[in-house]
Amino acid sequence: MMAPASEAELADLVAAASGPLVVRGGGTRPIGRPETGEALSVSAMTGVTLYEPGALTIVAQAGTPLAEVEAALAGEGQRLPFEPMDHRQLMGTEGEPTIGGVVAANVSGPRRIQAGACRDSLIGVRFVDGTGTVLKNGGRVMKNVTGYDLVKLMAGSFGTLGILSEVSFKVLPASETEATLVLHGLSVPAAVEAMSAGLGSPFEVSGAAHLPGPPARTLLRVEGFDASVRYRTGQLTTLLGRFGEVEHLADVDASRALWRSVRDVEPLVGKPGDLWRISVAPSDGPRVVERMTGAQAVLDWGGGLVWVCVSPGTDVRGAMAGIPGHATLVRPAVGTYGDTPVFHPEPGPLAAISAGLRDRFDPRGILNRGLMG
Amino acid sequence: MEMPVPNSSILSRKSQVVARLKQALPADAVIDDEAETRAYECDALTAYRCPPLAAVLPRNTEEVSAVLRICHEEGVPVVPRGSGTSLAGGALPTADSVILGVARMNDVLETNYADRYIRVQSGRTNLSVSGAVEEEDFFYAPDPSSQLACAIAGNVAMNSGGAHCLKYGVTTNNLLGVRMVLMDGTVVEIGGAHLDAPGLDLLGLVCGSEGQLGVVTEATLRILRKPEGARPVLMAFDSNEVAGQCVSDIIKAGVLPVAIEFMDRPCIRATEAFAKAGYPDSEALLIVEVEGSAAEIEEQLSKILEIARRHNPVELRESGSEEESARIWLGRKSAFGAMGQINDYMCLDGTIPVSELPYVLRRIGELSAEFGLEVGNVFHAGDGNMHPLILFDANKPGDLEKCEAMGAEILKLCVEVGGCLTGEHGVGIEKRDLMNVQYAPEDLEAQMAVKDVFDPSWLLNPAKVFPLEASRVRRAAE
Repeated sequence: MMAPASEAELADLVAAASGPLVVRGGGTRPIGRPETGEALSVSAMTGVTLYEPGALTIVAQAGTPLAEVEAALAGEGQRLPFEPMDHRQLMGTEGEPTIGGVVAANVSGPRRIQAGACRDSLIGVRFVDGTGTVLKNGGRVMKNVTGYDLVKLMAGSFGTLGILSEVSFKVLPASETEATLVLHGLSVPAAVEAMSAGLGSPFEVSGAAHLPGPPARTLLRVEGFDASVRYRTGQLTTLLGRFGEVEHLADVDASRALWRSVRDVEPLVGKPGDLWRISVAPSDGPRVVERMTGAQAVLDWGGGLVWVCVSPGTDVRGAMAGIPGHATLVRPAVGTYGDTPVFHPEPGPLAAISAGLRDRFDPRGILNRGLMG
Repeated sequence: MEMPVPNSSILSRKSQVVARLKQALPADAVIDDEAETRAYECDALTAYRCPPLAAVLPRNTEEVSAVLRICHEEGVPVVPRGSGTSLAGGALPTADSVILGVARMNDVLETNYADRYIRVQSGRTNLSVSGAVEEEDFFYAPDPSSQLACAIAGNVAMNSGGAHCLKYGVTTNNLLGVRMVLMDGTVVEIGGAHLDAPGLDLLGLVCGSEGQLGVVTEATLRILRKPEGARPVLMAFDSNEVAGQCVSDIIKAGVLPVAIEFMDRPCIRATEAFAKAGYPDSEALLIVEVEGSAAEIEEQLSKILEIARRHNPVELRESGSEEESARIWLGRKSAFGAMGQINDYMCLDGTIPVSELPYVLRRIGELSAEFGLEVGNVFHAGDGNMHPLILFDANKPGDLEKCEAMGAEILKLCVEVGGCLTGEHGVGIEKRDLMNVQYAPEDLEAQMAVKDVFDPSWLLNPAKVFPLEASRVRRAAE
């Protein structure tokens, strides 16, 4: 496997490549149709290159372990706002997630509903396109409208437009404390209604998820300074009273552990079947679950993110007919994707634009070709 | 500022183009009379003017599509226009272009409080989006200072910010989906009420593309519940360094104010003379605002005040009432008007890393002396988005050019310290030829390749964003 140690080396390798490249970070998120080609990993390009806590900005080489970035931030009482999930348990992978991999897959977690996705915190990228040219976009400041926003384009492009070499983020203060309110045994429609009530309140809910039972649990998280968390959990308890008894999980460690399990979709770890990730408007969440008859579902983002395990070959997109949104086949049951597109097919004109962009950034078609197709 | 020479073949075909537009649109939607097209000759960058070939004011997506299809077939450039409040010349026409104004498209199409979004036609003004959800105590977060007039179409085109983006982000962070018409008339839907559209992030790419990739006709926007309350505190310091350090320390302490505004002495003095807000005559002044319930506000302010006191403030002014809060904001909100009383001004909006604030302010002071033009600084300190206001006399020959030259120096300085040319106003024509300062030729080439894909004939707002020289071979208009 090629593992360049610098951006310049990476550029040389890509320019000299004679065939397809399989680009990877830590290899912990094998989402997308596996391709063939020579493996190229950015895992040797590591290190936090700049961190200014007073400016809420951090810059790191793409191969830097996510854990290293998070540890640096924690040292200053800060964090990545988007709470990236760890796919290892769910995907049955090992290895070390990299910050570049997080960006390439636009990985977010429960706080996405409040603080935005990975792409919202990403403020700058450097990358090598399919011709071996080093390109940059954005920078290290959080307000920047200078030229087109290729930063967003690179987030979630799964290495098909270029190979990330460096990424910059806007970060946020970590919360002093947190608490979780738990409602027990709600139906999915009632749970989504309760979560919407919380998210539509002025009490800054930073996580709203529903875990399957029995008994099902509906969770709402509040983060911040101690007095504020106590005040808001009190107000929310009153607000949610009509949905049943509200359990108040005030223990910080227990609350954090609970949200880690939501983030990493633990209730579906080890479950057989095709694993799908579906994004819809929150109030459409219950309809989606209802149509996946009998499947276990985890709802996050107030009901808008639905994780389901269904029997192999289930036509999930067909079942979603009439519900706007999209579905990604994150992990097939038997290690093969069959004919099902992994990523939600785009309507013709948008598919043509996406294909056009790939042709321009990777004219030889050597970067993870076909992975998103 | 150079603009492309108008295409004489298009000018000679004016009557044919106008006739086709009139056939496709209601009679009152096509403006070709020379006296009337003059209304569209400039935006808020008034130093540059040029009446367009014609202006069209469609009422819906279908009419926009018809206009674009015709212009595409005729090879006529199209300049999309929101409310024309761009400070960067983003909606400046050329003589051979059709202005496509979205002002008549201002309906609210859908409001959904359970899913917290609103879908509007793109001509709707920023403030009236919040107005449409106010009765349920919701609001739309991005708040550019032109929000009373500026359209969502322009906000999406420029990825507009505002005073409160430290907490709520800018347009791109609050935009869920768009309905957009490509230059050939094709209508596309990107995103929607669900989060994170599949495939490549085309929504993120469209936002901030300055109307060069498509014409956005409808937008789905995230709305938020209003906080229970908000309160500002004013603090004055005897040096910019100390004020800058205080900003940094507040952020490091884990408090996330909703706004941190900074004014320097020239701006404070001008504002005092104009608005009489009672600001202390100090070197630097900060207004820090926090949100929440009364108790939460107390908690955050006590932390902020404790930090401020460690920096020996000249004055700390807390607000005990709505009136006092309004008074604290009065000067800041009048700052642009106050500077405008003294003279004409040019407003820049480069962003810098917050840590470079003292150095950049010192250098701007030196440049001010060098060029002999006064500068006042008022800006969003939390995110480093500067707003130097350079005063000049538009009636004095050569003053505008001197002001532009000085502005260019300030923007180069922003890039030199690790920042960028524009934080929220956009490139337009104003900063177009400075793009080489921030980006290498291959970086610009990559961006222009994106336009090639969306608009292969380069007919949409063609002479903007990229240095004219860099885009020359691609532009169809010459």
